[in-house]
Amino acid sequence: MSANEFLPWVRRAAAPSARAGMPAPVAATDANTDSPHGLQRRTFIQLLGIGGLVIAFGPGGARRLDAAEPMPATAANPWSPHVYVRVDDDGTVTIICHRSEMGQGIRTTMPMIIADEMEADWARCRVEQAVGDPRYGSQNTDGSTSIRDFLHKYREAGATTRALLEAAAASQWNVAVAEVFARQHEVVHRPTARTKPFGELVATARTIAMPAAASVRIKRPDERRWQGKTMPSIDLVPMTTGTAVYGADVTLPGMKVAAIARPPVWGGKVVSVDDGEARKVPGVERIVRIPETPIPGAFFPLGGVAVIAKNTWAALRGRDALKITWDAGPNGTHGSKSYRSTLEASVRAPGKPGRTNGDAAAALAAAARKVSAEYHVPYLSHAQMEPLAAVARVQDGKVEAWAPTQSPNDARNTIAEYLKVDAANVTVHVTLLGGAFGRKSKPDFICEAAFLAREIGAPVRVQWSREDDMRHSYYHAVAAHRLEAALDAAGKVTAWLHRSAYPSISATFAPNVAGPTPDELTNGASDVPWDVPNMSVEACPAVAHARIGWYRSVNAIHHGFAIGSFVDELARAAGTDPAAFLLDLIGPDRKVDLSKAGLVGPGETYYGAPWGDHPLDTARARRVVESVKQRSGWSTPLPRGRGRGIAVHRSFLSYVAMVVEVEVNPDGTVLVPRATVAVDAGFVANPDRARSQMEGALIMAMSNTLHSGITFAEGRVEQSNYGDYRVARMRASPHVVDVHIIESEALPGGIGEPGVPPAGAAIANAIFAATGVRVRELPVGRQLDGWETKVAAG
Amino acid sequence: MITLTVNGVRRTFDGDPTMPLLWYLRDDLALTGAKYGCGVAQCGSCTVHVGGQPTRACQLPMADLQDATVTTIEGLHPTGEHPLQVAWREIDVPQCGFCQPGQIMQAAGLLQNTPQPTDQQIDAAMNGNLCRCGTYPRIRAAIKAAAERSS
Repeated sequence: MSANEFLPWVRRAAAPSARAGMPAPVAATDANTDSPHGLQRRTFIQLLGIGGLVIAFGPGGARRLDAAEPMPATAANPWSPHVYVRVDDDGTVTIICHRSEMGQGIRTTMPMIIADEMEADWARCRVEQAVGDPRYGSQNTDGSTSIRDFLHKYREAGATTRALLEAAAASQWNVAVAEVFARQHEVVHRPTARTKPFGELVATARTIAMPAAASVRIKRPDERRWQGKTMPSIDLVPMTTGTAVYGADVTLPGMKVAAIARPPVWGGKVVSVDDGEARKVPGVERIVRIPETPIPGAFFPLGGVAVIAKNTWAALRGRDALKITWDAGPNGTHGSKSYRSTLEASVRAPGKPGRTNGDAAAALAAAARKVSAEYHVPYLSHAQMEPLAAVARVQDGKVEAWAPTQSPNDARNTIAEYLKVDAANVTVHVTLLGGAFGRKSKPDFICEAAFLAREIGAPVRVQWSREDDMRHSYYHAVAAHRLEAALDAAGKVTAWLHRSAYPSISATFAPNVAGPTPDELTNGASDVPWDVPNMSVEACPAVAHARIGWYRSVNAIHHGFAIGSFVDELARAAGTDPAAFLLDLIGPDRKVDLSKAGLVGPGETYYGAPWGDHPLDTARARRVVESVKQRSGWSTPLPRGRGRGIAVHRSFLSYVAMVVEVEVNPDGTVLVPRATVAVDAGFVANPDRARSQMEGALIMAMSNTLHSGITFAEGRVEQSNYGDYRVARMRASPHVVDVHIIESEALPGGIGEPGVPPAGAAIANAIFAATGVRVRELPVGRQLDGWETKVAAG
Repeated sequence: MITLTVNGVRRTFDGDPTMPLLWYLRDDLALTGAKYGCGVAQCGSCTVHVGGQPTRACQLPMADLQDATVTTIEGLHPTGEHPLQVAWREIDVPQCGFCQPGQIMQAAGLLQNTPQPTDQQIDAAMNGNLCRCGTYPRIRAAIKAAAERSS
């Protein structure tokens, strides 16, 4: 397995297996332009299938449907016209959500697309969460891929089902299929206005051959009921009544709880354990060693010492009472201070080419005016609100796990490999994810639960404390960037040199990886939409000393911060308004096939999509910038201490521009009273969820930019909890986030991630506008303390 | 032996008196609406009402709960239709949803004492409740909507 297979944007989603069968006639449906109705979320049946514990949610809350109270009657052999769709004989439609819900709304958006295309009544649909199974196609919920990779599949699933139900009605009435159309859970015979409910058509529909995918007619835009309109989330009732089920909420009969002491340094080992005090803690039952995984350990557990107890408190207390001597291993000298110097030295020498246009070095050497700047971004930890937790049971050679995982198939395969069992004997159930941001795409914590369940012969929940979560993450890479540009007499950029050094995610999966691969630069560094004739984007060496992993937006975070900040610095150097400068840098409208533009790309695909499907379209970048410039009141003056910053970034195939307004208090506190966002993500299926993702991206960028940073000393993470790893809180958060979604029928881009990269730069640029202090090192932290005096003193 | 009332039901506890209320609710009573987020009262995910006041359950040992009255998100309203819960759904506040029970319990405490809070009062009351998805602007809007409805 090449390391690149782990890069989210080069992971091509496997399509669900095509269905065999003869094409069947497919009727044209009438336009169904009724206003959205039937959005009766209170009656929407939600089943979060979590193995033996099926929990039903209704208006009255949740109830467990156990053996004494069986599930509502369903046909023994329900009709499954598509891997994502089942229809019972009573007409109940079950949509199987194969992607993980972590706040982006996929458990609503995917079903609403399918239900829309099949003309199902939303109130008679229910959503079932899929277990990990390759037949669903990629379930790896990362890289902002759910809609951008699956929109067509979802439409096809609904349209195929609709076509079969229409064909069934035509057959029952013995009329031409062209005379019938589906409408809200029934099929209508147009000439006679007769109707048949879906439930009465299931038996006949079963006998009809599957239409070929190519013959299935997807709705025209004017026929859509819900796609492109706002749909309330299906999980609102459980989420607001405390009955939603996350990882730690799963309970099995006889379940134990485990807390684990893991090597504090990546690659460290246990030398000796004194568990005398731990065993004295009431409720502690066993101490179990978990073998250390040699680095790079990929998705496997770090190893360590587990305390098994009858409840969570006993497990945590017992674990804290362990006295362990550790061998730090090869990373025991890793320290953030010296590593920063290493990265800075790295970017001061040429690196491996990631994109080459013209001759940037020569143009810089000849330039009348040069600007250069260096930026530093620390490690980040996801700090999702739900610390890692997983439940597992091993019985009769079968492993069953329940976990808040972004990637149940990776979890399944990794458990199989780790326990040396056949993947066919491993079932992974997906709970809701209490935040994830990339951390929960790694199944190390689920493997721990599976391992311990087998060791102790009882079901077990592995509970990570917040401190565990902070200190044993897969960290967002620490990064150094150096940018140089040449400006001509008119203030136009004639050369662009961008070098970056950061440990590669690939280093978590393969030995001897030293620094970013050119592929990683395509995540928002080598694919910038600038109109600059001489460009060199380079990857410089950086050896990994910690587990590196994906964090929402991945390298686009520091790429976006460095690039967006540098553009603002150039604008100031050129004496030009930053918004006008940005538009000039984007230049004339053009579509660039990046694979033919001097860019060293990841082979056939880019962000997992064929190159040709997503040319770099500078008109889209221009439009989002113009939109935020106009909507934000960009040119209206603000008093000292307040300022606006602008940035645009393209990542995950979407274009996002932001104007962020900050207010910097004399004590250096930064508030973000308002922001304006414009996003062109192609077709947007569920605009309100896209809007909420932009709001969330901005606030996550506030954390990344203003507060958060992981540092190492002697190989150990220095932070432990929200007290020393600070994140944005309510008081500093915006009162107004004006999100403008560009209406489009273009192929969808990502939504969950592309909002973060421009936000960091826009915040930093706003701070400069407000205070005159240029932020080149994140987090801002206390850099602005007493800024008024410092700036006045020069 | 500690006797307390949880969501209107009398309970007795004779386990480890150092155990925080959070783990008693979650592990012993299977009331999993209050969440473990940090264990050190830094995030507010575990917020419940003790004696009617929003309290971090992760930092309150069982030893301190003799005769206490505890209300969790599950007991906030019999049918889940507290004005805040309704407003939360109308504004589609939650993203991942994990912190929201704590947010709602914190906000319910605010509205009890301050039925018509200003932005500043909302910010002051809610600043201890973290949300990594970034739902703060919608939380603020939902609290205002619930306050308006109750006025």
